[in-house]
Amino acid sequence: MSDAPTAQAVAPSAALQAVPRSGWHVATVAATHRETPNATRIELDVPGWPGNAAGQHLDVRLTAPDGYQATRSYSIASSGSSTRVVLAVDKLPDGEVSPYLVDDVRDGDMLEVHGPLGAFFVWAPAAETGDRRPVQLIAGGSGVVPLYAMAHAHAGADDPTPFRLLYSVRTPDDVYFDDELGTLADSAAPLRLDFVYTRRTPDGWATAPGRITREALEAAVFPASERPRVFVCGSTGFVERVADWLVMLGHDPRSIRTERYGGT
Amino acid sequence: MSFITRGFSGRSRERDDRLPPGQTLVGDFPVLSAGPTPEVDTEDWEFTIRTETGAHSWNWDEFMALKIEDVDTDIHCVTHWSKLGTRWRGVSLDTLFEDVETEYDYVMAHSYGGYTTNVPLDELLDGKSWVAFEFDGEPLDPEHGGPARLLVPHLYFWKSAKWVRGLVMMDQDEPGFWEQNGYHIHGDPWKEERYW
Repeated sequence: MSDAPTAQAVAPSAALQAVPRSGWHVATVAATHRETPNATRIELDVPGWPGNAAGQHLDVRLTAPDGYQATRSYSIASSGSSTRVVLAVDKLPDGEVSPYLVDDVRDGDMLEVHGPLGAFFVWAPAAETGDRRPVQLIAGGSGVVPLYAMAHAHAGADDPTPFRLLYSVRTPDDVYFDDELGTLADSAAPLRLDFVYTRRTPDGWATAPGRITREALEAAVFPASERPRVFVCGSTGFVERVADWLVMLGHDPRSIRTERYGGT
Repeated sequence: MSFITRGFSGRSRERDDRLPPGQTLVGDFPVLSAGPTPEVDTEDWEFTIRTETGAHSWNWDEFMALKIEDVDTDIHCVTHWSKLGTRWRGVSLDTLFEDVETEYDYVMAHSYGGYTTNVPLDELLDGKSWVAFEFDGEPLDPEHGGPARLLVPHLYFWKSAKWVRGLVMMDQDEPGFWEQNGYHIHGDPWKEERYW
């Protein structure tokens, strides 16, 4: 094994310094908002939250009256030093925790959260990292949440790095952060938005609805020659397919970071 | 510090005592990875154990000629999913270490694609780990770590390095890729050693 491992560029000390330490916190639901027909945005007030990087996640733990507990991980849609933490939760068929969070949770409810978690699937402004390569975000469904956090942080930092978001979504009604994404695309920080609709398109859309193709991917993403950093988040099938195509299109596997969701 | 969550009743009431705390049963196979799935042909595959004095290597055919074991075990992913009664075939680390002399107590597992994870040697020996190449009677899917992955079922599953290509002995414990990026240095699911 003479060739050095490629993915461990982050020294332990650097990683430890780069993100706040995780811990358990009591969160109070400050606001909820129906994000899509199947998803709810939940704003949490988390006293003592140490802040989080764009792209990190947290664990939510629910406890039933008999002591039964269920814990799930959710990506965070917000970033920075604020103790207001935003989630957007998709209701999964046969889910146990997501139906509660999407349909039952209300203002003033208290939840246990553990985080912030994850130090790899994160983005920080070029001013902090010195990395000026373009950034390609690729979202499948609710996988857009951590990528929205990155695009939002990019605009908030007025970062000059070229950003693109390719967002595969079932129908126009299922777009998370619809208004906010439009605002981000119009902001000074460069962001290009591309959509793929898998079930129903907006009226007059040029292409029929369907799963993302290699051709659609190639047409939308920064070409490999521009050496973009790529963040892909979605279901396992979506992530596997997209990441394989990116490698076939000549993207450096080390520049592709992936995150998946799965199960109920 | 836990408290009852207003309005939450939960679904399952039959607590399976094979399930570590904070875990939920799942029927399919949880996947955790940080980048694209590397394509590794068994023609090019090689597995190496590197010590302070030298290296021991096996190509695919040599590996298949080793003593192969059936493993029936539960697996626990740090992302809160567990799968019970999974069936694997692979080569025990006891077999691989038969002729390996080392004074070092710690291991860094290296994978195709560049990922690493650390495990103490005594947690790999005495029937505790394998290099597995078959799952449920089929060759291991690339998505799940094929052609071969480490299988250390008593620790969270990120320690069961996918696409494993070798082990490097270390004189002290050091965090691998996953451990540098937020996961616990040890990773015992029964102690919920998920994160640092």
